[in-house]
Amino acid sequence: MIELEDITKVYPMGGEVLRALDGVSLSVPRGEWLAIMGPSGCGKSTLLNIIGCLDTPTSGRYRLNGQAVDGLDDGALAAVRNRSIGYVFQNFNLLPRTPALRQVMLPLQYRHGGQMISGAEQEARARAALDWVGLADRADHVPSELSGGQRQRVAIARALVNEPTILVADEPTGNLDSRSGADILRLFESLYKDRQMTILVVTHDEEIAAHAGRTIRMRDGRIVHEEK
Amino acid sequence: MSLLLNTPLGALADNARVAWRGIAANKLRSGLTMLGVVIGVATVIALLSIGNGARASIEGRINQTGSNLLFVRAGFAQNGGRVQGGGGGADTLTLADATAIADPNEVPSAVNVAPEFQQRTQLIQGNVNVNSQIRGVTPIFLDAYTLSVGEGRFIEDGDVRRRGNVVVLGSTTATDLFGDVDPLGQKIKANLPGSNGGVAQLTVVGVLTAVGTSTISGNPDSTAYVPLSTAQLKLFGGRNRTGQPTVSLITVVATAGGSAAAKTEIDTLLRRRHGLTADANADFNVTSQEDLLTLASDVTRTLTLFLGAIAAISLLVGGIGIMNIMLVSVTERTREIGIRKAVGARRVDILSQFLIEAIVLSGIGGALGVGLGYGVSKGVNLSGLMTTSVTTSSVVMAVTFALVVGLASGIYPARRAAAMKPIDALRYE
Repeated sequence: MIELEDITKVYPMGGEVLRALDGVSLSVPRGEWLAIMGPSGCGKSTLLNIIGCLDTPTSGRYRLNGQAVDGLDDGALAAVRNRSIGYVFQNFNLLPRTPALRQVMLPLQYRHGGQMISGAEQEARARAALDWVGLADRADHVPSELSGGQRQRVAIARALVNEPTILVADEPTGNLDSRSGADILRLFESLYKDRQMTILVVTHDEEIAAHAGRTIRMRDGRIVHEEK
Repeated sequence: MSLLLNTPLGALADNARVAWRGIAANKLRSGLTMLGVVIGVATVIALLSIGNGARASIEGRINQTGSNLLFVRAGFAQNGGRVQGGGGGADTLTLADATAIADPNEVPSAVNVAPEFQQRTQLIQGNVNVNSQIRGVTPIFLDAYTLSVGEGRFIEDGDVRRRGNVVVLGSTTATDLFGDVDPLGQKIKANLPGSNGGVAQLTVVGVLTAVGTSTISGNPDSTAYVPLSTAQLKLFGGRNRTGQPTVSLITVVATAGGSAAAKTEIDTLLRRRHGLTADANADFNVTSQEDLLTLASDVTRTLTLFLGAIAAISLLVGGIGIMNIMLVSVTERTREIGIRKAVGARRVDILSQFLIEAIVLSGIGGALGVGLGYGVSKGVNLSGLMTTSVTTSSVVMAVTFALVVGLASGIYPARRAAAMKPIDALRYE
């Protein structure tokens, strides 16, 4: 359950200030697929980054699964990013010169305390995740040896390997051809239907929005339209 | 394994693994970073070893003749410290002065006193003509300079008494004059300077064992030795205005540790004999081997400092190289940090990863640099150019510097990036 209340995000821009988010309130129940749409610069990515704990709001309250995120320290925030949220980016954000298997193992290596798992277990889970996205045979390939669609599937495997309840995706098909995009969309469908994950997607693609349970449209840092 | 996993040590091992993978995945960057450390460390070690080797070799050479030698020369020590005269240029030092120095009541710190008269002239054997240093000496000379006779004998008291026409050759002079022929019993001619082509005939009675190194009073191998009296009275004009036989150099062997005392005693004695007051310019000059050793040490210390300065500069350049690579890769690294933070890395994870990475890179680079420096030092040694010696302090200094620079330049960008919000790090350009 994601609850945002009167979230603002202000960037100083030269002498003026840019209001990227201007009092956004939003509630996303568990298991919902929410599409966020709007023109460039409307604040949709900023909103997604704040929900994903990659960014912090200037003001407002954010509760994730009943817990206030605002007051968390670095370690606790890292744990939220590690265990509760998976990320998929438009430009994949894979580590250069690192094989797919290692990419997928990365979130497992940052589990702490009683959640740590052995290297063998890490590898087994990473392989299973790669298998799920259909890249079991590409485990040893580095990003430069993979196509865009394959890279994005590696990124999805990485996002899922720690079994988070929330997936946030910023234009996941923006850099892909339509066939690869359709592959990614099918994976999202499966996560939504079979695993009941909460999915938040920022997109320009009406087709993705059509799959979503709810679509919100933004303009100038505000939610201006909402449809089920 | 699973026990270890839940300890901070387990987390550290995990971070070490991550760091190692980072190094292995970026071989070019890692290699270039290490190269800076390797070259810097190797240069310091090699250059300082050469400097130290030079110092040891110079001091060793001076010590070879014994540090308790004093050289009394005729001539004036002027205000600037310049020494006038030398090989017969001045005639203020007489044989009687040498005899007085040898008196244990006058100079108790003197063990041996070897007066000599030296000058260069042509030595002729058949059609071979060699310009050689001639030293008119007494038998004590052999002991004073710790020389030894290879074949035949050295100058003896009888030779000196009767102004014998005998000569003992240094090994090089013997070879120059006679080649493979045995010189013993052969006759050579010596040009008499200022006599319009007159010559003296000398019989070779001995050849000295080769020494191989020069001392400050000449190269004993390329010298011919004749009786002191023969040099003074037959070969060269060795008398002063009052008809006293003069000497050009008196070598005094002082008692162990008595070098400074002997110097004072000789100075006092000769001033009295020459009728000079204590503050007058002396017409003689006393130099001790110790003085020369001190001077040489100063010179080589300066040399080592100079090489050290060059080494320090190369270490600095190496350090800048390390920083350069680290900072140039900061964009990529910042994005990497952003990715790691996005998937759950804490600030401390990032820092320890980079710290370990920097330690490993500088450590391996430092070790390779020490190896290379040793190698270069050994190579110079083996090439025979000079002896070198690697000092522990130079190794410690170089490796410490490399580690500090490596850590500082690795940690600084990492610290900044680790403190960024993940989204800022991901978008860093």
